[in-house]
Amino acid sequence: MNRSVNPRARSAHDALARGLGWFSIGLGLAEILAPRALCRALGLPGREALIQAYGVREVATGAAILMSHDPTPWIWGRVAGDALDLATLATGFEGDNPRAGNLALATAAVVGVTLADIACVQGLTGDKRLPPPGTYEYHHRSGFPGGFAAAHGAARDFAVPRDFRIPEPLRPWRDGRPAAVSAPS
Amino acid sequence: MKALVWHGTADIRCDTVPDPTIEDGRDAIIKVTSCAICGSDLHLYDHFMPGMKSGDIMGHETMGEVVEVGRDNKTLKVGDRIVVPFTIICGQCEQCKRGNFSVCERTNRNAKLAEAAFGHTTAGLFGYTHLTGGYAGGQAEYLRVPFADATHIKVPKGIPDEKLLFLSDIFPTGWQAAVQCDIQPEDTVAIWGCGPVGQMAIRSAILLGAKRVIAIDRVPERLTMARAGGAETIDLTEESNVVARLNDMTGGKGPEKCIDSVGMEAHATTSLDAIYDRAKQAVMLESDRPHVLRQMIMACRPAGVLSIPGVYGGLIDKVPFGAAMNKGLTFRMGQTHVNRWSDDLLRRIEEGQIDPSFVITHTVGLEQGPEMYRTFRDKQDGCIKVMIRP
Repeated sequence: MNRSVNPRARSAHDALARGLGWFSIGLGLAEILAPRALCRALGLPGREALIQAYGVREVATGAAILMSHDPTPWIWGRVAGDALDLATLATGFEGDNPRAGNLALATAAVVGVTLADIACVQGLTGDKRLPPPGTYEYHHRSGFPGGFAAAHGAARDFAVPRDFRIPEPLRPWRDGRPAAVSAPS
Repeated sequence: MKALVWHGTADIRCDTVPDPTIEDGRDAIIKVTSCAICGSDLHLYDHFMPGMKSGDIMGHETMGEVVEVGRDNKTLKVGDRIVVPFTIICGQCEQCKRGNFSVCERTNRNAKLAEAAFGHTTAGLFGYTHLTGGYAGGQAEYLRVPFADATHIKVPKGIPDEKLLFLSDIFPTGWQAAVQCDIQPEDTVAIWGCGPVGQMAIRSAILLGAKRVIAIDRVPERLTMARAGGAETIDLTEESNVVARLNDMTGGKGPEKCIDSVGMEAHATTSLDAIYDRAKQAVMLESDRPHVLRQMIMACRPAGVLSIPGVYGGLIDKVPFGAAMNKGLTFRMGQTHVNRWSDDLLRRIEEGQIDPSFVITHTVGLEQGPEMYRTFRDKQDGCIKVMIRP
């Protein structure tokens, strides 16, 4: 039996993204499989096809989040989807909706999830932000203990093996003929 | 013993696992003194390479001290200090005898899988999927080295691990990338990617006497390190048209030699082809993102050479092969024939021509390995190369 000493290889934002991915799939399946019940509960009759389309979007986005090593663009996709959901829910407040209470609860829930999506995408973006130029000073790391001048061409003594040579017509030309070839190793 | 173990996408843990044992007379067991995370390990971390199983031990850049030797192994003895090449070689097959060690015909114990994926088997590799043998890797306290009588580089005592460890992979890989270019004193060599292999390719091209080396990347500290090695640079955060820029820098002719040190996970973000690749990858219609290959084909001077040390694992799409054919380009690629170059490179280290330790930016213990994978992948904290001391 293996014992994990330090299993932490993901950030909290990655974990949140995965959670949102699974949430997306769950909500999407509910929208695909029970559109009529959802529309009835929210007082949005006649929107079943639209709800199912939203369900497909949710499942696709959720799967992409879980399969991608960088879920950032897909979480942005969720934020856009949240805006679409809120706009659709807003239309239900027009007129006399007997399920306005349910609709208000659903709207509040979507607002909450939107905030989680935004927090997640900001966190993921922050995790990837590159440092400003000059943060890490590697300008002294030449790798040449004797300096550049001594290193440049120091391995010209190396004879490129015959099977690594470029065919003669493709070699650079000097003085009207192909450059000389050093002895094979 | 402790080891870094793959459990799934972006899920590597420092686990306690059984110690390795001698399984064959040619084996040896080493106590690992140093190992490193390679850029190609990130393809496994992100699970772009198929063929990993939960529980596989990672790592193919390893060195250490021999602590046990199989009965048929006549070339190593307990106490020897060795660097372990990432390619496992038998030293006896036709390919090994030719020096084509990375396509050794005998060391991949899952040859059938490789034949299905690649048409023929290639060499067994440490810690690099079951397609290449499913061998345990060296990011661990101990490592079993199969075919150890051939698969080793003996190194002298007295030189620190930091200078020798990269004989296992990135130094000979950068070197072979440059050798594949058959560099001439008139040559301009363009190198895509300034990660560890790109940095070694820059130094190798300089050592081999290239007139100019132009390095291309978007990460500031990697560009700084490239300039330190003598390269001119193109910063992708400032220059979107690399082909036009290379033409400008070379009088409209393009570089004679181009090296792809990036491979399958090119991180282009602003070009149309990058969006296309990401979309196709998301729906599993393409496994690799060949953004750099496309640029190299368009940028390279006619009759030039493309050298590809960057790892590709599967299928690529929309490669302008008509341009490659009509320009008469030569493609050279492959995993590295480490032992073919190791004696020469060890001599150059001993003589002080090069000190490969310049690339190390982080040194940690095994327990910090999982978080260093993430740091390295995301290019955080100035990370270019992680050395691990178990």
